[in-house]
Amino acid sequence: MLTKRIIPCLDIKNGRTVKGVRFENIRDAGDPVELAKWYAEQGADELVFLDITATNEERKTFAELVRDIARHIDIPFTVGGGISAVADVEVLLQAGADKVSINSAAIRNPQLVEDLAKRFGSQCVTVAVDTKYTDATGWKVYARAGTVETEHATVDWARRVTDLGAGEILLTSMNNDGTKAGFALDITGAVAKSVTVPVVASGGAGSMEHFADVFHQAHADAALAASLFHFRELEVPDLKKYLKEQGVDVRI
Amino acid sequence: MNLVIVDYKAGNVQSVLFALERLGIQATLSADFETIKSADKVIFPGVGEASSAMAQLKARNLDKLLPTLEQPFFGVCLGMQLLCEHSEEGDTDLLGIIPLQVKRFQTDLKVPHMGWNQLENLASPLFEGLKEQEYMYFVHSYYVPNSDFTIAQANYPEPFSAALQYKNFYAAQFHPEKSGPAGSQIIKNFLAL
Repeated sequence: MLTKRIIPCLDIKNGRTVKGVRFENIRDAGDPVELAKWYAEQGADELVFLDITATNEERKTFAELVRDIARHIDIPFTVGGGISAVADVEVLLQAGADKVSINSAAIRNPQLVEDLAKRFGSQCVTVAVDTKYTDATGWKVYARAGTVETEHATVDWARRVTDLGAGEILLTSMNNDGTKAGFALDITGAVAKSVTVPVVASGGAGSMEHFADVFHQAHADAALAASLFHFRELEVPDLKKYLKEQGVDVRI
Repeated sequence: MNLVIVDYKAGNVQSVLFALERLGIQATLSADFETIKSADKVIFPGVGEASSAMAQLKARNLDKLLPTLEQPFFGVCLGMQLLCEHSEEGDTDLLGIIPLQVKRFQTDLKVPHMGWNQLENLASPLFEGLKEQEYMYFVHSYYVPNSDFTIAQANYPEPFSAALQYKNFYAAQFHPEKSGPAGSQIIKNFLAL
């Protein structure tokens, strides 16, 4: 039986793990390689590393870090942040990343999704979608770390990038991110129902019940959280034990 | 031991090298005919798309060499599928070593089949020390149906070949190099063959 995946996410700035609350107020939460090893031992199914730095110089540091992570952990991981070209992806995959996640670049240039899928295979192309709901607009896709509203309705965009070759959707609800009030079940469910590829739910996890809800009610294939795990408010083994008791197939 | 990893720019070779490094094993990365032919064992990694991988192999004449190898050989993920005869992915003729066809998943379930799934009906020294229902990491959209050469199966939702053996050619659809300690055990078992 294919199991639901639990994915700790590590935001990386200058080689260190950080986590923004609602994409602001960044706090330091440790050394990425140590944290990654610890999560792998704890039973995390995958890891995501997002480079939230901006300059080219820092991006080289990130590629070195990716190599260091690949050297030390034996579970799959996705890297993202600032990827805008096929060449960026080549560097990261050669460093040992299993998947890359692209976000703003896919919005600027949807053709990139197709190019990456053709070159490296759909299985390593995750499209990250930041979405926000307002009564006026419904669920819209946002670019540039959630700062710029686009014209794309979220479900339509998820379908489009999937048609272009995305192998996975990482869906983050900006309304929920950092609130610890639970995942956005409605939009996650709508996207999961509309695309044929796996959907990773992100944003809003605050308790074990929230994970059960996103798997049972929204049919997410995986769920991602950051600070909840980094500050050990919730530990992966306890979460998986709980999910199993709730009838969710997980790897224990 | 002289262990060679086939280098054809199509696979995520680095992950396999690091997995071996974690086991304290050195390997040579090579596309050279003589180097591969004289190896004690050969690992054939692969992620990506079948037709472009075949093009890379042909560009190096490896499509001629690989079927002639006689030492223990281990194809991983796309490296398993490439050993078969034909793939629906890009309607591609493969290396033709194992007389099997590669098909696209036709299911209401999500494709790619991505994540941790369980191995069943383990029937090979490759799985020495592993128990039934062990979890491995899979990520693929195409699959090899069960056959006489299946040495482990997984279900999605129907049973399919999670691993194959044909003569000296061993292969896994999953990624042992990304499947934690149980995956490492499979690599160790291959090296001990």
